[in-house]
Amino acid sequence: METLVATETHCPYCALQCGMALSPAGASVTVAPRDFPANRGGLCQKGWTSAALLDSPARLTTPLIRDRHGELRPASWDTALDLIADKITAIIAEHGPDGMAVFGGGGLTNEKAYLLGKFARVALGTSQIDYNGRFCMSSAAAGSLRAFGLDRGMPFPITDLDDADAVLLVGANPAETMPPFLSHLRKATDAAGLIVVDPRRTPTAEQAALHLAPAPGTDMVLALGILHAVVADGHLAHDYIASRTTGFDEVWRIAAAWWPERAERVTGVSATDQRAAARILARSRNAYVLTARGAEQHATGVDTVNAWINVALALGLPGRAGSGWGCLTGQGNGQGGREHGQKADQLPGYRKIDDPAARAHVAGVWGVDPDSLPGPGRSAYELLDALGTDGGPHGLLVFGSNVTVSAPNSGRVADRLSTLDLLVVADLVLSETGRAADVVLPVTQWAEEDGTLTNLEGRVLLRRKAISPPDGVRTDLEVISALAARLGQPPARFPIDAETVFDELRAASAGGAADYAGVSYDRLRAGEALYWPVPSVDHPGTPHMFLDEFAHPDGRARFVPVDVRGPAEPPDEEYPLYATTGRVLQHYQSGAQTRLVDELTAAVPAVYVEVHPDTAERAGLANGDDAAVVSRRGTVRAAVRCVSSMRPDVVFLPFHFPGDGRANLVTNPALDPVSRMPEFKVCAVRLEVAGT
Amino acid sequence: MSPREVVIVGYGMAGARLAEEIRRRDPAGEVVSLTVIGEENQQPYNRVLLSTVVAGSMTPDAVRLQGSDWAAEHNVDLRLGVAVSTVDRRMRTVTLDDGSVLGYDALVLATGSRAWVPPVEGLLVDGQLAPGVATFRTLDDCERIVSSARAGAPVAVLGGGLLGLEAARGLAGRGCQVTVVHPVGHLMERQLDPGAGGVLARTLRGLGIHVRLGITASRYLEGDGLKLDDGGHLEADLVVVSAGVKPETTLAAAAGLTVDRGIVVDDALRTSDARVHAIGDCAQHPGTVSGLVQPAWEQAAVLADLLTGADVAARYRGTPVVTRLKARDVDLAALGDVHAEPDDETAEVVCLTDPARGRYAKLVVREDKVAGAILVGAPDAAASITQLFDRGAPVPTDRLALLLGRAMPSGASPAASPADLPGASVVCRCNTVSKAQLVSAWRAGARDVSELASATRATTGCGGCRDTVCGIAEWLASTT
Repeated sequence: METLVATETHCPYCALQCGMALSPAGASVTVAPRDFPANRGGLCQKGWTSAALLDSPARLTTPLIRDRHGELRPASWDTALDLIADKITAIIAEHGPDGMAVFGGGGLTNEKAYLLGKFARVALGTSQIDYNGRFCMSSAAAGSLRAFGLDRGMPFPITDLDDADAVLLVGANPAETMPPFLSHLRKATDAAGLIVVDPRRTPTAEQAALHLAPAPGTDMVLALGILHAVVADGHLAHDYIASRTTGFDEVWRIAAAWWPERAERVTGVSATDQRAAARILARSRNAYVLTARGAEQHATGVDTVNAWINVALALGLPGRAGSGWGCLTGQGNGQGGREHGQKADQLPGYRKIDDPAARAHVAGVWGVDPDSLPGPGRSAYELLDALGTDGGPHGLLVFGSNVTVSAPNSGRVADRLSTLDLLVVADLVLSETGRAADVVLPVTQWAEEDGTLTNLEGRVLLRRKAISPPDGVRTDLEVISALAARLGQPPARFPIDAETVFDELRAASAGGAADYAGVSYDRLRAGEALYWPVPSVDHPGTPHMFLDEFAHPDGRARFVPVDVRGPAEPPDEEYPLYATTGRVLQHYQSGAQTRLVDELTAAVPAVYVEVHPDTAERAGLANGDDAAVVSRRGTVRAAVRCVSSMRPDVVFLPFHFPGDGRANLVTNPALDPVSRMPEFKVCAVRLEVAGT
Repeated sequence: MSPREVVIVGYGMAGARLAEEIRRRDPAGEVVSLTVIGEENQQPYNRVLLSTVVAGSMTPDAVRLQGSDWAAEHNVDLRLGVAVSTVDRRMRTVTLDDGSVLGYDALVLATGSRAWVPPVEGLLVDGQLAPGVATFRTLDDCERIVSSARAGAPVAVLGGGLLGLEAARGLAGRGCQVTVVHPVGHLMERQLDPGAGGVLARTLRGLGIHVRLGITASRYLEGDGLKLDDGGHLEADLVVVSAGVKPETTLAAAAGLTVDRGIVVDDALRTSDARVHAIGDCAQHPGTVSGLVQPAWEQAAVLADLLTGADVAARYRGTPVVTRLKARDVDLAALGDVHAEPDDETAEVVCLTDPARGRYAKLVVREDKVAGAILVGAPDAAASITQLFDRGAPVPTDRLALLLGRAMPSGASPAASPADLPGASVVCRCNTVSKAQLVSAWRAGARDVSELASATRATTGCGGCRDTVCGIAEWLASTT
């Protein structure tokens, strides 16, 4: 019998990782918010209803194997794991280790992300591993690395924002994506200092003193226009630039050519508003620039992030107490997930896989020969795009991701998946990707296991087990371990206990940029607020970074010269509208989980397309009609929702829905040259009446 | 194959941009061997920003287009402080005034334009500007203006066009007593109708700038000022002449190229000699108004495509002209056909005027597209309408909303009382809680915000609905 004591833990969804307490209630638990700095007792509807999936009839409780007739049938764990191991062995025998690929997720705990990376490199020997965080945080991470020499989404505690007089949010809609976050913006909002950059008048933009609505794909021009205004209107932080940065002159030569009136012509944001944004930030004592996916999910995402960091640097914000630049990480473990080795080019501790010293260190922890570790592999979309092709992988293991819905150009991705010799999906429910798999493995969810996550401010959190999983369900760590054993790995190399895995992760990360060596479960259980790096057990952690120096060898931040390119697919006569995609409050990511929660589905049951009433009318459509949104890559069917605040040249699609309502059927897989981020946020489409 | 010899005459906004565009396409100089000749002995600068130098908000150094080592780093043979004396089109050579001779495969004239000085007695002495007189065209001009523009000094600006007004605003910002003398009955008559010109003049007066319309100067006397043609006198320590520019075509004309107002070019930016091109202010392309930077930069991109072979089919088809006044606290945009009147039956003309608040908005629509517009003090509308104009996109059905922009009253004004809120309306977005749910919870015994929150979860997300929930609780308490 379970004890009737509430377990203090965190929400299973976004990177805010709201504190919640779970009390046992039959086969499930009752959720109550708790007073944790990130959420201060707040929860959104997703958090409140998160327990609904624990005892949902949609839960998978037995492995499934596709039979000769193409049906997924229940099977025993041994049968399923033996089958997978046999097929992996056959694929590697035929195609070599790179014939197998692994796809992870930014929702996986640090322990899972770490063990998955180790499994790929050691048990499979493949370079072909990447994860859905490539679609999420990669541009912010790369931009931050270039500017500051290090990537921690927010290099300051989230509560610092409480004292902000001004906050510029670029491509962020926290009123829907992480509602309790807004409590940290209250002072700025009340002081008329909230500035929101978004092509749509979102619930977040509604609260802003200044809403700048650029045409999709023109964010960088807007940043250059505002930087120009910072200089022209005398707001430049001369002393800060001289003492703490390099590279301003070259950046100014570019921004000098983007006077606000010229930027207005490209963006549609008035020169007056660009100057007002510069002035509000410059005149505030405590000011922040925060970017999110709207700025980052572009084929020019990294450059766009740097363009906004340049604005922040010109105003002297980063690395100063009470001010700064940060990015709003998306997925639950979007930060930790990018640090511990499930990324194609990385090893644990945010180490580069092509750095010999990094390879030697990690190989030492793993007890393998450094030369046995593969090099960098394909990035997420390139990996999916190569599946089943000559030279591409022929087997794929998917953990914590639903690529059929969440990857760009998803029609093509579904095609590629169908050509595989082996597709294995580990998930708690039967996702759309699971439905296409050869083997589906039922795994535990957040309340049923221990694990750590690193939230959007770089704080390491312990999510504790509150109840036992249903019979027949295993943890991801158990699955990885069992597969490794069948592939001939010594059992001790792939432990199943989360704390044991974490202790190994600590050693592997030691000395790296994201150094977790001093973080222990005991310290986390004791409630310590530990922000990485934490190089030793007696180190207090690093809540504030960059106050004395930035992470480049000379201690200075870099102005990175970036100029305008793109969008990759401008509208033309055949496809005259911009499509952009995003989230709604009630759903999360591909919706595989939230679509199974009745209360959330009742609020937002199906896909829709937001359009300006004139745009709908010109397409022969009225509110509620079935529309077809057509791009060069595919067609989404969605119900028309007329919204008079929309730009007439933009349509918006939420991306949480399956089948022919998948927003990613139309999105453009043009990739950023640095981060390999696809251009989710803008492509050219036309709007039609849906055919029958 | 040896690279093609390209010689650019002129290192201003057009010439420098062309050099950059060529090197962007041919970074190593494998296709084009580039020589640039600049008459001014200095790095190129951004003329658009000269009014900010006059206003004192930017230093001359901040408006440079390129660093001093740009040419060396980009494999460009840059000759500064020399002028081209002659072009020999038969031999395909240019001779410089230092005696050197350069051969070319393609020659580009980017010679720009020069300030025109009206025939007012005393402005010129022996062909040079008299002491106390400055044109407003070059960085040297700015230096000359700034050095005599002390606070409180009377300054006359001759010409109420775009540049004259930008200079006037900059000088007023420095504390000068500025008077604009304009020969026509309203300001910026090329771009504005009389109504807009009137609102603009009123706005400028509010900023301390005197505006004298329909008047010309007849004589300048150093240390005294201007004598006006109505017999009046205008004291001025400094006279800034901004009466227009003339394309610099002397070299082209001497070389026998076809010159009209400017050097005549086709869509491939060729002059009457196919090996000689012209771009920027000196060029005359059908349907393009010169004197603006956007056409010059677009021409530079097209010509770079052609000269490097990056896109041999590239053509320049003209640039829609949008005039934006760059003057602090004055927001003005004008584009297309601005002179249609509301009684014009061939067009839809919408006009709003609010002179006391410095607002004037006029929209001319033909075939559902923006044909022209003037927007004074209406920045939102200026931004939206410019995009519709540039793209030829259909104009939104609600023309007034477009013109009003943010001044439009919001349709979703908050309900005056919780009683007026429909039951189905969502009060707490974060938890999808409607007013009806709150009412039910109240009836079931939840009496204050925390009890309502426990019962419905309202206010537990971002907390933004707390006041509304409070209001509903108070309203319910008062009605029972």
